[in-house]
Amino acid sequence: MRRFALIAVPYLWLLLLFLIPFVIVLKISLSDVALARPPYMPQLDLSTGWEGLKAFFAELDFENFTFLTTDDLYWKAYLSSLKIAAISTLLTLAVGYPIAYGMARAAPEWRPTLLMLVILPFWTSFLIRVYSWMGILSTEGVLNTVLLKIGIISEPLMIMNTPTAVYIGIVYTYLPFMVLPIYSALEKMDESLIEAAEDLGCSKLAAFWLVTWPLSKNGIVAGSFLVFIPALGEFVIPSLLGGSGTLMIGKVLWEEFFNNRDWPVASAVAVILLLILIVPIVLFQRNEQKAREAEG
Amino acid sequence: MAQTVFAPWTDPQQKPLIEFRNVTKRFGEFTAIDTLSLDIYEREFFALLGPSGCGKTTMMRMLAGFETISDGEIWLGGQEIGSIPPNKRPVNMMFQSYALFPHLSIWENIAFGLKRESRDKDAIAARVEEMLRLTRLTKFAKRKPHQISGGQRQRVALARSLAKAPKLLLLDEPLGALDKKLREETQFELMDIQEKTGTTFVIVTHDQEEAMTVASRIAVMDEGRLVQVATPPVIYEQPNSVYVAGFLGDVTVLEGKARKAGDVYELDWAEGQPPLRCVSPLTLSNGQTGYVAVRPEKVEIHRNKPEDDNVLRGKVIDIGYLGNLSTYHVELGNGQIIKAQNFNTERDTRRSFTWEDEVWVNWTDRCGVLLEG
Amino acid sequence: MRRFSWFNATSLTLGFAFLYLPMILLVIYSFNESRLVTVWAGFSTKWYGELFRDQEFLDAAWVTVKVAVFSSTLATILGTMAAYVLVRAGRFLGRTLFSGMIYAPLVMPEVITGLSLLLLFIGIGLDRGVFTIVLAHTTFSMCYVSVVVSSRLSSFDRSLEEAALDLGCSAFEAFRLVTLPIIAPAVISGWLLAFTLSLDDLVIASFTTGPSATTLPIKIFSAVRLGVSPQINALSTILIAIVTIGVITTSIITKRASQAQARDEQAAIRAED
Repeated sequence: MRRFALIAVPYLWLLLLFLIPFVIVLKISLSDVALARPPYMPQLDLSTGWEGLKAFFAELDFENFTFLTTDDLYWKAYLSSLKIAAISTLLTLAVGYPIAYGMARAAPEWRPTLLMLVILPFWTSFLIRVYSWMGILSTEGVLNTVLLKIGIISEPLMIMNTPTAVYIGIVYTYLPFMVLPIYSALEKMDESLIEAAEDLGCSKLAAFWLVTWPLSKNGIVAGSFLVFIPALGEFVIPSLLGGSGTLMIGKVLWEEFFNNRDWPVASAVAVILLLILIVPIVLFQRNEQKAREAEG
Repeated sequence: MAQTVFAPWTDPQQKPLIEFRNVTKRFGEFTAIDTLSLDIYEREFFALLGPSGCGKTTMMRMLAGFETISDGEIWLGGQEIGSIPPNKRPVNMMFQSYALFPHLSIWENIAFGLKRESRDKDAIAARVEEMLRLTRLTKFAKRKPHQISGGQRQRVALARSLAKAPKLLLLDEPLGALDKKLREETQFELMDIQEKTGTTFVIVTHDQEEAMTVASRIAVMDEGRLVQVATPPVIYEQPNSVYVAGFLGDVTVLEGKARKAGDVYELDWAEGQPPLRCVSPLTLSNGQTGYVAVRPEKVEIHRNKPEDDNVLRGKVIDIGYLGNLSTYHVELGNGQIIKAQNFNTERDTRRSFTWEDEVWVNWTDRCGVLLEG
Repeated sequence: MRRFSWFNATSLTLGFAFLYLPMILLVIYSFNESRLVTVWAGFSTKWYGELFRDQEFLDAAWVTVKVAVFSSTLATILGTMAAYVLVRAGRFLGRTLFSGMIYAPLVMPEVITGLSLLLLFIGIGLDRGVFTIVLAHTTFSMCYVSVVVSSRLSSFDRSLEEAALDLGCSAFEAFRLVTLPIIAPAVISGWLLAFTLSLDDLVIASFTTGPSATTLPIKIFSAVRLGVSPQINALSTILIAIVTIGVITTSIITKRASQAQARDEQAAIRAED
């Protein structure tokens, strides 16, 4: 009895507040816009019984999805989200790997402190971290002021409200997600492996490429997914740093919902975003599973 | 005053404390315990011995109540216990990892089980003090488990499981985490405590020396079945199978065809080698496959051919010097290796035999054991 | 002996500079007399004063703290239950669905979670406000809590619970007297994580709130959309200070505890009987 209650409480909570909402999104994505409250139709009317249910299903169609394919705003937004997420994942890897490597090779008594320094920004507000770049990147921002003063540039750089600003924002905010898994993979590695490789005739670079890199692969893959997946649906970064020129699907969904009040299209956008996300999520799960099995 | 030997299993009037009646335990497709029956008597120190995966831990966990029984019955003190949950059984267990509660002091760990019985405070305190004295832990009572040594933790685990005065104490590899020297000392301590408290102990171990030292009887297990249940000397000197002979101690096993020759058996085992003579209570038909198992300490090694049974010629190929004794590996003409052990009774650095020496080995017809399989 | 490597030192220095410079600049400019980032007009705490006189900000802060306390507490209870179910309950009908629903919110884009919850609240006719944000935050943070707690539970020596049962505890007593005290640190970090997630959340709160309840992130977002605001710099500085003090304190406490533990263990080995 206790066991039943123990399972039932969180189970029902998630069913009610996680799964059912999705069913609703799916249903609304198949409905039509209406000038009503709520602004979509058909409405499910259970009082008319079976006939009502049949009429309800007959009204559902894929019109919104067809609409998404006809207006090139949407597929451009999906493509641009994928591109931005992919490029920023690579950039995060390029920035994060040396940090993780340096941490794992630091003296053991320093490692907990370095780890804390990486985690600390993660506890700080995401919004504030994105916002902090607005003062740096804007036309009259810190970066331009400094560069102009030194004389490296004569015209202020236009970084704010471009995709570059979005890349910087994503790399900055998601860096801990990349550093931590790579660090934990590198830290577990036995340092005598490198000595063995060098003893067997490898140069330092060859030892890194043939031993260290492959052994940190699990961390790299995990970190990349941890950046790529949330970056794909990101809203705050493109809307604060990206300006009107940067298309990302999270922003499109937000605007569709709040500005155009087109709930059915917003729902259809969400459904497709979810479908796109399934691939990396499944791959990520597999990678985690393999890593767990390898560790026994 | 005549000392009566403790051997309740030989007395048909004695009622066993624990009875396994055709017990089977399956995990999905895998059968961990296969229709096994076993009696264990009160005040016994009973050892379940076998390699990992033989089912000994499953047996113990069924007694404690952590595994259900797939088939058959387990009786404890005249009561079928299959449906009784672990917290209601008069059985306590000492865990392999000790499972000391890290957030509680030694005192609170030992008192933990007593508090569950809603006894009054003074009775609990008195009992805990008694257990602390028994296990020599009185001065550590206030410490937490991580503040004491491995040997002390082992004694806390023992004290905690004995505190409720269970009818039966289960010990799961109790000495596995200790180093060799401490383990040997602790074995005798365990025997003392078992004798003082009069509790029935069932111990699970894969360490044959440990089982031989502490147990009144040993059950040797393999693949979910009992291979032999007997006292340590019987298990060692009269194993009932090649498996048991090989599992406990060192042994040379020779395979051949048995033949009755007067009151002994002769085993024809190799071309050009004399048959092996062996006294045995078994009845084997002529030409049946048999084995002779012989312990190295029963094999004598000579420079000249002795006049005796089972004399074989070979040369020394390996010597293991162990201090108190030396083990010789003697290779016969047909490539068979016979192990022989000599006590180094004299403090002479020159060894009596050395590598490549031509030697004779022999053992009497009472020293080898004839086995069917 | 470990050689000092220029490469490692440089990558660490650059990396941490990248991580911390933006925040340091934010803190510095919160004390700037001028409204503009380009000009340093002298040290001043006037933006802090303005911040504390702004009733809207104070209201938003109060709403945020209320939401965070309620949702993280609920999420901790539910998440700990869910973790226990995942690690200990064995098989039951719909287990795969259950573990799927625990992990899915971790990778779900916030816009989708927010949208779907809003549609649910409208569908069942729930008035949006503090209550609906608490429901929404509880739902996603309970999943984070359950991940933190279940990783502690699965590294937990099962025989500790068995020992409790063996010594006469019922299953519930074993949980209360043995499991809970031992996993308490994980439960507390789960609560802290849930609390921070709730404090931090903009997207889901924007979807699930109504006109009556504005949280701090919503307020900040609408203030900074149009550009840098020194008041927000001041607010950010306060939040950064709170987090920094919190994280450093916890790490010092855990470090002390683990050092004490190591010392005790060393002493125990030396004092063998």
